[in-house]
Amino acid sequence: MSIRTEHEIHGRRKGRNVGVGIMLAGFVVLIMALTFVKITQIDFANAPGTVGPASGTEVTD
Amino acid sequence: MMTDVTNTPVQQNEAELGDYFALMKPRVMQLVVFTAVVGMLAAPVSVHPLIGFASILFVAIGAGASGALNMWWDADIDAVMRRTSKRPIPAGKVTPGEAMSLGVALSGLSVMMLALSANLLAAFMLAFTIFFYAVVYSMWLKRATPQNIVIGGAAGAFPPVIGWIIATGTFSVEAWLMFALIFMWTPPHFWALALFMRSDYDDANVPMLTVTHGRPATRRHIIAYTVLLAILAVGTGFTAIGGPIYLAVAVVLNVLFLMGAWRIWHRDEEDAEEDNYLVERKFFRLSLYYLFAHFGAILLEAALKPWGLGGWS
Repeated sequence: MSIRTEHEIHGRRKGRNVGVGIMLAGFVVLIMALTFVKITQIDFANAPGTVGPASGTEVTD
Repeated sequence: MMTDVTNTPVQQNEAELGDYFALMKPRVMQLVVFTAVVGMLAAPVSVHPLIGFASILFVAIGAGASGALNMWWDADIDAVMRRTSKRPIPAGKVTPGEAMSLGVALSGLSVMMLALSANLLAAFMLAFTIFFYAVVYSMWLKRATPQNIVIGGAAGAFPPVIGWIIATGTFSVEAWLMFALIFMWTPPHFWALALFMRSDYDDANVPMLTVTHGRPATRRHIIAYTVLLAILAVGTGFTAIGGPIYLAVAVVLNVLFLMGAWRIWHRDEEDAEEDNYLVERKFFRLSLYYLFAHFGAILLEAALKPWGLGGWS
C-alpha cells in the first residue's frame, strides 16, 4: 500500500515545473524560427565561391 | 514496503515561478523593453520583425538578470527598507544563492543569444550594461558615494542605444541623445523618491544625497538637473529623431517638470511634512509620464516617417 500525501507545496512545485517547461518549449520554437529567418535571409546565389546566374558557368582548369 | 513519501526537503516558504520573475524586476524590465524598442524602431534601418522581437526579448532577459544580481547583492539593504522588504530574498522565498545563479545564468544566455540574433556590438553593449548595473552601480557605487544615482543611472540609459545597435550595427549621435535623456532624467526622479521615502535610505545606510548632503541640497540638485534635462529634451526635438510632435510634447512636459522642480526647490521640510510630501510625490509621478511621453513621441515620429509625416522632412 502506498502512502499519498498531497501537500500545497506539491501544487506549487508542479506549477513551477510546468512554467519552466512551457518557457523551454517556447525557447526551442523561438530558436527554430530565428534559424529559419536567418537562413532565408542569406543570398546563397551570390555567396562567395558559388556560381551566380550572372557569372555564367564555373571556370575550371 | 515502497511509499510515495518524498525525501525532498520541504521549505515552508518555497518559491513559486512568480517569485523568480519578481527577482528580475519586471517594472524596470518594462522600461528597458519600451526604450529599447523605441531605439530600434527610431533607427533608419528596418529589422525583420522576428529578429527584432527575439533581440528585444534577450535584452529584457539581460535586464532581468542584472536585476536578480542586484537583489542578490543588496539583500541586506532590501530587508531594512520598507519599500523593498517584501522582495523574494528578504521575504525568505528565494535564497541569495539561487538569485545569484539565476542572474549569472541568464546574463550569459541573454548576451550569447543577442550576439546570434542581432550582432556582436549589441551583445557587447548588453554585457557592459549588465556589468555596469550589477558591479559598477550595485557593488561599487551604491554604498560608497552620493553620486550613486547619477553615475549608476547610465545602466538604465543604455537600452535605447542597444536597440539602435540591433538595427544599425553601429553607434550614432541620435542613440546617445536618447541615452542622455534617460541619464539626465534619473537623478531628479530618484531624488524626489528619496525625499518622500523619508528614513528608508537612512535606515539602510545608503549614502543618498538626502543622507549625506541633507534635504535642502537635494532640492537644489533636483532643480539644477531638471534645467539641464529640459535644455537637452527640447534640443533633441531639432535632431533627426525629433519632429513637431516630439517638440510639442517636450515643451509642454518640460514646462510642467520645471514648475514641479521649482516648487520642490522653494519648499522646506516643514511645508513638505504638512501635506505629506504631496509636491514631491506629484513630481515623481510626473517623471514617469515624462519619460514615457518623450520616448512615445520619438516612436510616433519614426512610425509616421513612411507616410512622409514624421520628423522635419
